[in-house]
Amino acid sequence: MATRLNPVDVLLVGYGWTGGIIAKELASTGLKILALERGGPRDTNPDFLEPAKDDELRFALRHELMQDVSKETLTFRNNRAQTALPMRQLGSFLPGNGVGGAGVHWNGVTWRFNPWDHSARSQTVAKYGEKIIPEGMFLQDWGVTYDELEPYYDKFEKTCGISGKAGNLNGAKIAGGNVFEGPRKNEYPNPPLKQTHGGALFEKAAKELGYNPFPTPSANASRVYTNPDGVTFGECHYCGFCERFGCEVNAKASPHFTVMPIAAKNPNFELRTHANVMRVLLDSTGKKATGVVYVDARGREFEQPADLVVLSAYALGNVALMLWSGIGKPYDPVTNAGVVGRSYAYQASSGATVFFDEKTWLNSFMGAGSLGVNIDDFNAGNYDFEKMGFIGGGGIGSSTSGARPIQFRPVPPGTPRWGADWKKATVKHYLHTGNVSNQGSNMAHRANYLDLDPTYRDIYGRPLMRMTMDFLDNEQKQMRSLNQKCAEIGRAMGGAIVEPRTNPIPYSIVPYQSTHNTGGAVMGADPRVSALNKYCQVWDVPNVFVTGACVFPQNAGKNPTGPVGALAYWIADALKEKYLKKPGALVPV
Amino acid sequence: MQEDKSVDRRGFLKVVGGASAVAGAAAATQPGTAAAQTPMQHNMPAAAAGAASDRLSGWAFFNPDEAAFVKAALDTLIPADATGPGAVEAGCATYIDRQLAGAYGRGARLYLQGPFAQGAPQQGYQLPLTPAEHIRIGIADVNAYARKTKQKLFQDLAPADRAAIMTEVDTGKAELANVAAGGWFNMFLALTMEGYFGDPMYGGNKDKAVWKMIGFPGVPGMYSEVIEQYRNKPYPHTPKSIQDFA
Ligand SMILES: Cc1cc2nc3c(=O)[nH]c(=O)nc-3n(C[C@H](O)[C@H](O)[C@H](O)COP(=O)(O)OP(=O)(O)OC[C@H]3O[C@@H](n4cnc5c(N)ncnc54)[C@H](O)[C@@H]3O)c2cc1C
Ligand code: SF4
Repeated sequence: MATRLNPVDVLLVGYGWTGGIIAKELASTGLKILALERGGPRDTNPDFLEPAKDDELRFALRHELMQDVSKETLTFRNNRAQTALPMRQLGSFLPGNGVGGAGVHWNGVTWRFNPWDHSARSQTVAKYGEKIIPEGMFLQDWGVTYDELEPYYDKFEKTCGISGKAGNLNGAKIAGGNVFEGPRKNEYPNPPLKQTHGGALFEKAAKELGYNPFPTPSANASRVYTNPDGVTFGECHYCGFCERFGCEVNAKASPHFTVMPIAAKNPNFELRTHANVMRVLLDSTGKKATGVVYVDARGREFEQPADLVVLSAYALGNVALMLWSGIGKPYDPVTNAGVVGRSYAYQASSGATVFFDEKTWLNSFMGAGSLGVNIDDFNAGNYDFEKMGFIGGGGIGSSTSGARPIQFRPVPPGTPRWGADWKKATVKHYLHTGNVSNQGSNMAHRANYLDLDPTYRDIYGRPLMRMTMDFLDNEQKQMRSLNQKCAEIGRAMGGAIVEPRTNPIPYSIVPYQSTHNTGGAVMGADPRVSALNKYCQVWDVPNVFVTGACVFPQNAGKNPTGPVGALAYWIADALKEKYLKKPGALVPV
Repeated sequence: MQEDKSVDRRGFLKVVGGASAVAGAAAATQPGTAAAQTPMQHNMPAAAAGAASDRLSGWAFFNPDEAAFVKAALDTLIPADATGPGAVEAGCATYIDRQLAGAYGRGARLYLQGPFAQGAPQQGYQLPLTPAEHIRIGIADVNAYARKTKQKLFQDLAPADRAAIMTEVDTGKAELANVAAGGWFNMFLALTMEGYFGDPMYGGNKDKAVWKMIGFPGVPGMYSEVIEQYRNKPYPHTPKSIQDFA
């Protein structure tokens, strides 16, 4: 039997980027706030000190900072005709675990989604008519526009000290920035990072081909920076151990040293680590959450009552908690009814590996998680869907995030995987290979969804969440078409050998692709096709709010955390300015 | 590896195996008696002669036959040549031995609950085995395959024959008794590469020879002052590893 604890006003399930932002923002309310985090505490010192933090085996391959799938995982299949099997090892994506969540080991590429992404359906239909939307594709608006989110994007960029260059200041287009971005009120807080040779080659080639290159907006600080909350960042060392690693100098924005120390100053805030939330409790009406049940490090069960519950347990964790708790109607792909688990999407990426001759020195071991150059010419609504034959597009760029040698060993096509010739090729290309990558969007589709597995369970006895997911026709066309654009740029960069590639088709859970899992509990204006209203409040259970990329109705050709962070500020504002003044549904059903 | 003449070793193991059984029984009543230990001590120096560096590191997981197989396999996958060190001299056998003896090998961070099914390749690893069990069973399988097709243990074959067998295992052409050839090979190759390119702290990449060979400066990376200066130029450096700071 669970021990019942004293109630709190606000309960946060999971303490990563979104949990940290909301805890900090709600401090001014004077309410009693409790964050429950399944993993342990962590800090820059002593957890991310050099040289121990630069341990490729421990952090990049054995995933020390990430979810332990021997305890909690999911099952996967490509389609309903297959039997889903457990993801027995981490692979395709790497959900975080512990204080700071995946925010401590992300790359820091920090976008604003384009205005089209937030209003994908209405803008597409206005331009091409309904007929362009393929059978089975759910193209949906977010219920909140880019203009409404602009101040919140701005806030998150300042919190993180983003290094970049504006391409649209109050409607004025600026060459050298992203001219396709929505109008922004302010320039980025920091100038772009230093450029590598690979980046310079990409920029030149893209310009020659008539595209509009700009530096990747980066949460790796280009200079010493103090954010509006008074938190100081160090300057990035370009250490090359960034993606999957902590940062020694606090140059990579992470909740653990930005929002969380401020949240912790609030005497009404408490964090409990090693507290794994099993489910949210509902009252007899099923329309009100009364708290949660969690299990501590000793395996003891506690009932924690709360007036308001915020799910901030990463996109996948949030959807799983809703399914386990009976919050919202689960999606049924046969009848196409229900909303929880609906619209699961990912990142349909492709690209080209660019092998240069031995006189071209890329030295890619010098790099930073989000160091790169991009073009948005084939992304969002910036190209002709009819001509290209697909919706959504992708962001194309060349990045230099490091060249850690267990994982970065490019060899040209036709090279054997082992033996003397393999070794020779590895040595020949290590310092002379670059990339052009397409971070492809993934539209939501009736065939891709999340529900509960009938067979497999986690160590707590809960059914595993089941992922049914494949790259469908629209995404396959997008990946195969845009990798040709990538190859074209690669050749213009002077690549001696240019090898186009796509993410595996059919989608595979095995190789790492991105930790950009989206959808499953999407926001919107229509409760028949969205689990949440425009404030990310559950339509059916108004005292539960949901954060994270699970709220995206489809995934853009961009990394998710810019809008995830902006939405966390947006939700916090809605709570402070609206909900807490008058608890209840913020949008009438 | 020449000293690991398999017939001698197998004969040796028969003796020791028998003796151990007796020793075990004796030890149960008379722990640590000289009688119980004599056969082992008597045979030990001869068996280990010439394998000085291995004797220094010792085997935490592999038995001597398996260790001989692993070294032969590593020598096949990454031979020593003019380009750079071989996997054996780089210490990959020790690396793999330690990994399999440790948390990774014993199944840490691996979901091992049933039911089990083979599934599609895109569903990933689906064996009811820890990596240590998988590698061990596969070694025996590949050796059985070598005996069947070439009448010798893998480690006793000439380099060209070993390479031929490894190719058949790699491509899945080899029918193995227990494990799927391709899946086993992928795991073995991944471990080999981890040891070869990883921090010397873990037992492979001895003297950072592999990092020197490819031009990776190691850790910690402090490049903010040089990243622009060395654009399109070779960067002079002497690699450092985590171990160097210990
Ligand atoms: C290697 C890597 C690189 C990335 N690079 C980028 C990038 O360059 N750009 C970008 O935009 N995004 C990137 N991301 C994604 C980014 O990290 C996430 O979008 C972001 O952290 C999401 O914030 P969140 O609050 O939703 O989840 P998280 O920050 O992951 O926090 C969720 C927390 O909830 C906890 N939790 C989960 N379930 C429970 C439970 N039941 N009970 C208690 N606690 C629970 C988890 O342990 C975790 O600490 C990357 C991710 C990874 C792994
Ligand atoms: S590359 Fe920069 S931001 Fe990333 S971990 Fe290294 S120093 Fe920190």
